[in-house]
Amino acid sequence: MEKRLLILSLLACLWQLGSAQSVQQIDFKTFESHLTTKSDTTYLYNFWATWCKPCIKEIPYLQQAKADHQQEKFQVVYVSLDFPDQMKLVESFVARKGLAPVWLLDEPDANSWIDKVSPKWTGAIPASLLVNRAKDQYEFYEGSFTQESLNAWIEENGE
Amino acid sequence: MIRTKLTLFLLILGFSSSVFGQAAYEIGSPVADFSLKSTENTMVSMENYEDAKGIILAFTCNTCPWAKLYESRLIELHNEFAPKGYPVIAINPNDPEVKPGDSFEAMQTRAADKGFPFAYVVDPNQEITRMYGATRTPELVILQRNAEGQLAVAYKGAIDDSPRDASAVNKPYVATAINALLKGEKVEVTTTKAIGCSIKWSPS
Repeated sequence: MEKRLLILSLLACLWQLGSAQSVQQIDFKTFESHLTTKSDTTYLYNFWATWCKPCIKEIPYLQQAKADHQQEKFQVVYVSLDFPDQMKLVESFVARKGLAPVWLLDEPDANSWIDKVSPKWTGAIPASLLVNRAKDQYEFYEGSFTQESLNAWIEENGE
Repeated sequence: MIRTKLTLFLLILGFSSSVFGQAAYEIGSPVADFSLKSTENTMVSMENYEDAKGIILAFTCNTCPWAKLYESRLIELHNEFAPKGYPVIAINPNDPEVKPGDSFEAMQTRAADKGFPFAYVVDPNQEITRMYGATRTPELVILQRNAEGQLAVAYKGAIDDSPRDASAVNKPYVATAINALLKGEKVEVTTTKAIGCSIKWSPS
């Protein structure tokens, strides 16, 4: 009996470890360091939240863009603006949709960092950022994409 | 009389928006009055608040989780500052066709459930929202009556720096701004940004 309990709790621990890795909780400093690191990979950072309907609507378009560019150095990073106490919800959503990598940006005073992402950003989501440090490329967009407008945006700014 | 005034106002509104296009108010801009229907089925205009030193406009809605987190704090702002001359008017900018949870009936239910002590009005053609350049809910604008007696924009942005936890607020942006105005001082932080739900614009 005790052995079974032990195995169960071990399994629970493992499961927690596994799920903890699916969404990485970061502060703005960490996020900023990713933005500024020299890399020849193009990163599309998508700011979203589980409660944001237009954000969820454009996720398949982002997944499609990721698939279209899988031969290139192209990465989609989902930056969740959900609160840390909703981590479980975010994790189960992300698992269901098969999204990775996913970061949860935990930095309450948004006024201190929104302008650092882009002065063009008012704070509304969805919003997206296309960064390629090797090419000195840094493009911000606030609003929803369709598949076509997303492809065009990547095309225009990605080459 | 009221009708002529309204027509005149609508004319001016139409005129100004056609002349100035999409350019939104900035800090210091004097603002035009509006006439918007409240959940109590009355028309609300700034001229109804002639004794007010200013007005706190809150672009907010029923459906956005961040807006909901701030509902209690909006009530507190009104309860604290309306007696001091700064009442809250909450404006729902969302197109209910896009967001059914923001229908007029849903707004009435929300206002009753939460016991809003302030007017909760609808901006049916989103004209007022555009004039203020609001992009998200919640987003606040403090209007201050200037020397000429006109209401002008004194602050635009977030209520405070801690959406999730009202007890962890370090920078109560709106309260700080109004307290400065009450003392006749300059507002130090006139613009702030915050994460919020995009305004649900009418597709047409």
